[in-house]
Amino acid sequence: MLLSYLKIAWKVLMRRKFFAVINLFGVSFTLMILLVVMAMFDHLVGPGTPIKRVDRLLFVNVIRHQRQDDHGWMNMPASIHFVDDYVRKMKTPELVGICTGVVNATAFTKSKLLPLDVAYTDGNLWRIMDFDFLGGRAFTGAEVQQAQPVCVINEATARAYFGSSAVVGRTIEIDLKRYRVAGVVRNVSAARVYAYADVWLPYTLSADYYKDNRLNGVFLPVLLAPSAAAVPAVREEYRQMMRRVEIPNPKEVKAVYSYADPMLAGITRGLLNYQDQTVDDDNLDVFYAIVSGLALLFMLLPALNLVNLNVTRILERSGEIGVRKAFGATGGNLVGQFLVENVVLALVGGLLGLALAAGALALVNEAHPVAYAHFTLSWSVFGWGMLLTLVFGLMSGVYPAWKMSRLNPVAALRGGGGEQK
Amino acid sequence: MSLASVSQVRPLPDAATAPAILKLTDIEKIYQTKTIETVALNRVNLTIGKGEFVSIMGPSGCGKSTLLSIIGLLDEPTSGTVEIDGRPVAAYSDRELAALRNQKIGFVFQSYHLINDLSVLDNVELPLLYRSGVGGKERQQRALAALDKVGLSARTNHFPSQLSGGQRQRVAIARALAGGPELILADEPTGNLDSVMGEEIMDLLLTLNREDGVTIVMVTHDEHQAQKTERVIRFFDGSQVS
Repeated sequence: MLLSYLKIAWKVLMRRKFFAVINLFGVSFTLMILLVVMAMFDHLVGPGTPIKRVDRLLFVNVIRHQRQDDHGWMNMPASIHFVDDYVRKMKTPELVGICTGVVNATAFTKSKLLPLDVAYTDGNLWRIMDFDFLGGRAFTGAEVQQAQPVCVINEATARAYFGSSAVVGRTIEIDLKRYRVAGVVRNVSAARVYAYADVWLPYTLSADYYKDNRLNGVFLPVLLAPSAAAVPAVREEYRQMMRRVEIPNPKEVKAVYSYADPMLAGITRGLLNYQDQTVDDDNLDVFYAIVSGLALLFMLLPALNLVNLNVTRILERSGEIGVRKAFGATGGNLVGQFLVENVVLALVGGLLGLALAAGALALVNEAHPVAYAHFTLSWSVFGWGMLLTLVFGLMSGVYPAWKMSRLNPVAALRGGGGEQK
Repeated sequence: MSLASVSQVRPLPDAATAPAILKLTDIEKIYQTKTIETVALNRVNLTIGKGEFVSIMGPSGCGKSTLLSIIGLLDEPTSGTVEIDGRPVAAYSDRELAALRNQKIGFVFQSYHLINDLSVLDNVELPLLYRSGVGGKERQQRALAALDKVGLSARTNHFPSQLSGGQRQRVAIARALAGGPELILADEPTGNLDSVMGEEIMDLLLTLNREDGVTIVMVTHDEHQAQKTERVIRFFDGSQVS
C-alpha cells in the first residue's frame, strides 16, 4: 500500500509543476533558513575543535556582586584569588583551567602593522581543550608559574608575521615585548569565545595578574568533569563552594553569586536570567521553549499556505477520494495516504532545503563574518533538518487529510466537496 | 473468456426463489435544507436475489442514483432498513461499512472514475489495496485476471488517458471485478459511450452475470439495454412504480 501511496504522491507532485514549485520553494526556503541558523548555533555551542569535549565542560562566566542598599549589581569574571583559593581546590573536576577574553595588541612586520587578539591561559587549558597543533607544543604549567615569555600563535599570525607556519622557537614581538613561539595551532573560530585568540600567553604575564582579596578579575575558569555523567556533581560542588566564599567588602557587597554552567546553559543564564540573578536557574528549558516556538512560528506561515493549497486541491481530487471510499478505503486509509503524499513533498523540499543551506553557508563562509569561523552542516544538523521537515509535512498535512477523509463519497463522486454527516 | 461465449449461459435465477443478496424495506431518503424538504425516495421496498441482473429506470431526478448510493452503502437512508445477505447494516460502523463495500460490492460509474495518475493495472488493483492479507503479488495476479476477463490484458501499463471511452469502462469493470464482489452496482455504465461501445459493455456485463453469477444492479436511461436484463424496476418522483 505504501508503494502505491508513494507512486501517487510522486505523480501528484509532477502533475502540477507550478504548484509543486511554489510548494517546494516555501518548504525549502523555510528549511534553508532554519538549517543555516542551526548550523551557526551548532558552531557556537556544539562540539568542535578545540572544544571537543563540550559535554564534559563547565564554564564560569561571571561573579555577580549584589550591592548593599539596592545599588545594583557588579558583574565581572573571576580574580586569580577566587580561582586559586576556591575553584582550584574543588575535588570533583578532573582539571581546572583558566583563560581570558581577548585583548587587543599589535605586532609589526617589516611592511605593516599586525593587529592581534591576545588571550591569557594556564597550562591546564591546553589539556582541557584539544587544539590542533601544526608544530611545537603548548606552554607548560611550570613555564606559566615561572612567567616565562613563551607563546602559542595561530597559523594566520605565523604566516602574517613570519611568512610561514614552521616557526617554533622563533621570537615574535608583541606590544614591544618579545616572546618565544612554543607552538603553532590551526586557527580557532572567533565564535568559540573560550578558545579563540591569535596569540596565547601565560596568564602570569597578564597585567591583570595580581593577588589581593578581590573576587573580580578577568579570568574565566573552565572545569573538565571526569565524565558527562559527573557534570551535575561538579556543578553541585561549585554551588556548595560558592556558599563558603568570603565577601571581601561586606559593607558594600551584600552577596555574591556565580555558577559553573555547560556552554549553552551559561549563555541562556546570561540572556534570560538577568532580572533576578539571585535565582539559580539557567533557563535552558525556557530557551528551548522559545526557540521551538519561534521555529514552529517560522514554519507556520508556509505550512498554512500549504494547508490552504492542499484543501483547494482536495476538490480537484474529489472523484479519486469518492472512488477510494466506494472501494473500501476507510477514513484512516485516506488520512494515511494524504500524509504520505505531504511528507514526500516535504522531504523533497527538505532535501532541497539542505542543498540550499549548504550553498548559503558556503556564501557565508566566503564572506568571513566571524574570524576563522567555518560553518558546516553536521550530521546532527542534518538529522534535525529531517525532523523539522517531517514536522512540517505533518503540520501542513493533518488538517487537509482529515478534511479529505470526511468527504461524503456520493458528493465526492459527483465532483463536489460536501462533508460526511 | 471472449464476449462470444455469452451463449454458454447458466439458467437464469428465479427472482422469487433465489436467496436475497439485498433487501430494502420502507426506504425513505429526504434531503432537508432550512426552507425546503425534498423527498428523494419514498417508501421503497425492494428485494434482489443472488445472481439477478436488475435494471432501474426512470427520468432524471427520480431517485435512481440515490437508491444506488444507498444500496452501495455510500449513503444512509433517512428511514427504513437495508439488509445485505440477511443482515441489517444500520448498526455497522463506518469502518465495518467500508470493509463490507470492499468485500461484497463493486462499482461501475458512468464517467468511469479511473485515477488518471495510476496505470491500468494499478487502477484495477485498487479494491485489493484495502483488503488485509492480500500481498502485492496476489493483488497483481487478481488484477491481471480481471483485465483478462474484460479483454484488456495488453493494456496493463497504459494510463487511462491513453484509452478510448469503451476501454476505460472495461478497466472500470475489471476494477469492480478484481475484489471478487457478489454485487456490482453500475450507474449508467453505457451513458457516456456510443451505441457500439455501449453494446460491448452491456454484453460484458451480461456475460459476467450469466457465467460468473455476479448479481448486477444497473441504473440506465436506455430502454433497449434495460430490456436485456431480467427485471426492470421503474421509478417516478422517488417512488417505485413497477
